[in-house]
Amino acid sequence: MLAEVQPPETSEHPAIISAKEVSVYYSDKKALNAVSLDIGENQITSLIGPSGCGKSTFLRCLNRMNDTVPGCRVEGKITLDGHDIYASSVDEVLLRARVGMVFQKPNPFPKSIYDNVAYGPRIHGLAKNKDELDDIVLTSLEKAGLLKEVRDRLNATGTGLSGGQQQRLCIARALAVQPDIILMDEPCSALDPIATAKVEELIEELRENYTIIIVTHSMQQAARISQKTAFFHLGEIVEVGDTEQLFTSPSDERTQGYITGRFG
Amino acid sequence: MTDIQEAKKKASWDSPETRKNLARRQRSERLFRNIGLSAIIIALCMLATLLVSIAGKGYSAFVQTRFTIDITFSEEVIDPKGERDEEVLRAASYGSLVRDALRQEFPQVTSRRDLRPLFGIVSKGAAAQLREMVMENPDLIGQTLPVQLVASDDMDMFNKGFIDRNVVEEDRRVKDREIAWFDQLDQKGAVETVFNTDFFVSGDSREPEIAGIWGAMVGSFYTLMVTFFISFPIGVMTAIYLEEFAPQNKFTDIIEVNINNLAAVPSIVFGLLGLALFLNVAHLPRSAPVVGGLTLALMTLPTIIIAARAAIRAVPDSIRQGALGLGASPQQTAFHHVLPLSMPGILTGTIIGLSQALGETAPLLMIGMVAFIVDIPGGFTDPATVLPVQIFLWADSPERAFVEKTSGAILVLLGFLIFMNALAVLLRKKFERRW
Repeated sequence: MLAEVQPPETSEHPAIISAKEVSVYYSDKKALNAVSLDIGENQITSLIGPSGCGKSTFLRCLNRMNDTVPGCRVEGKITLDGHDIYASSVDEVLLRARVGMVFQKPNPFPKSIYDNVAYGPRIHGLAKNKDELDDIVLTSLEKAGLLKEVRDRLNATGTGLSGGQQQRLCIARALAVQPDIILMDEPCSALDPIATAKVEELIEELRENYTIIIVTHSMQQAARISQKTAFFHLGEIVEVGDTEQLFTSPSDERTQGYITGRFG
Repeated sequence: MTDIQEAKKKASWDSPETRKNLARRQRSERLFRNIGLSAIIIALCMLATLLVSIAGKGYSAFVQTRFTIDITFSEEVIDPKGERDEEVLRAASYGSLVRDALRQEFPQVTSRRDLRPLFGIVSKGAAAQLREMVMENPDLIGQTLPVQLVASDDMDMFNKGFIDRNVVEEDRRVKDREIAWFDQLDQKGAVETVFNTDFFVSGDSREPEIAGIWGAMVGSFYTLMVTFFISFPIGVMTAIYLEEFAPQNKFTDIIEVNINNLAAVPSIVFGLLGLALFLNVAHLPRSAPVVGGLTLALMTLPTIIIAARAAIRAVPDSIRQGALGLGASPQQTAFHHVLPLSMPGILTGTIIGLSQALGETAPLLMIGMVAFIVDIPGGFTDPATVLPVQIFLWADSPERAFVEKTSGAILVLLGFLIFMNALAVLLRKKFERRW
């Protein structure tokens, strides 16, 4: 099964997510047209492309966040570890616990830093007692590189942190649920360059244990952190390949045009 | 050539035309500002007039005239057998104690024609006042001591200056001989104006001097309790369902339009609905807070739903996305995040809806809460009346003394309304959140 959907580009990473002929409609408007893409495990895959090209739509298909949009319809097949995630037997709530998400605008809950991170484990019953919960919260904050900065004010409200800290808090919050895959929807677009550098560094560290798919507007960012890049244009994947190759010798002229700044 | 000239004209800063335009614009802005300012001033003046007139008429309701008269608690009258049996003590003729005391106070009055008005200068409630004293302390029997008796409403009005002694006697409610008695008591220092506790602790009465608003306040309290416990949960749940769960289709559109229309339905119509539904179909007790509360809940529901929906919609979508992205179910998202964040707004809307309900009269007239009720209601099914209806009843009464009672009750009602609205503002200020 997995062998069937192996990408043409040879990769030492086996595909964990495999999308086949995925089309998305918002009411009658087609936002994504027969997109097929394989995501390698423990890799950073970046999705680039001009605004409105469908890259965020595709990302949101992977944890079924599109289900929450009224009038949205998904066709095609997306498998996670070989299981169809749109099968009726799959509960989207459990799926989202496996496939975490970080959003464009940092959106910590207006609660304490501790409660922000502890929320996921609490609703999924991941901790048996207070000590275990403390442990999860501290490890997650540590992994997100935030623990040093907030160790002595875990009860302060999460919205009081700086933008970059808020975004790392959101990453810690996603990590606390112990997902396999983390989707990031332009996680740095609302951050200043220094905060961006910190988050990028964090994303690279996370690659060891997580599969990361990141939508970005910044081609430099895609080039810096990702191993694989997919270029979206007008609801279709134009080109997908190893990041270095895609940026140095793109095979499609639209890709060429986009990365050299002729449109987008 | 002409193009260049025109461009020059446009760029000019102080050509006569520019100056004219500028003056006109500034004049119109000044005019607009002044119109706005005068609108506010007119509104404030009207409000001030209203408050001053009500307070001016109503403040005297909070004081009461009392006559200090020596009362002999004669054992012969109260308890001739000396058994101190409660039933006997309660049934005794305290009115004759008052009459005896007045006869002693004014020995010059002997004719039957004069005695009746003389007995009328103290309130009919004076006997009840004495009964209460004796029931509380039976040792008083056999003693003679000065007691502050409530004056009749006419004497009260005279004391407060609402009846002018210079008017010809025929046109005056208080006759010359009554004024003479009053003056005699006044010279003795027996006329006192004290804080009117009766007004706050007793129920309605035919005698204005002892009528109070406590019964109406308790009735209002029970009614609002019913209204709150019915309309708040239903309203909030409706709002959550419509905002967070309901699919967007024709059916929910129709519901939405209907809720908005319900908010504009005249309240008397809700009264008719309450009459038809709760009294004629469900056979709930007439005049009871439970029915009044249910009827007002119908009226308050749209207000709460609309306010709650607005508050829920104000919660940014990023919070919902964040929770859903973590694997929270839609229900968990709604109850763990959206509802707590919108609670201040929902509570503000609820308080405003309840304060509307507190001031509502018309629907309650339809379900019989307009009855004359002396007893303080002891529960949700006892006959009761509410503050605005009490005001309505008193405003309808012919006695001069009810005018000040009406204004006094309005002041109390306004006090409650201001308190509730201030609470709503405080809540909003305290929990206001910036995203």
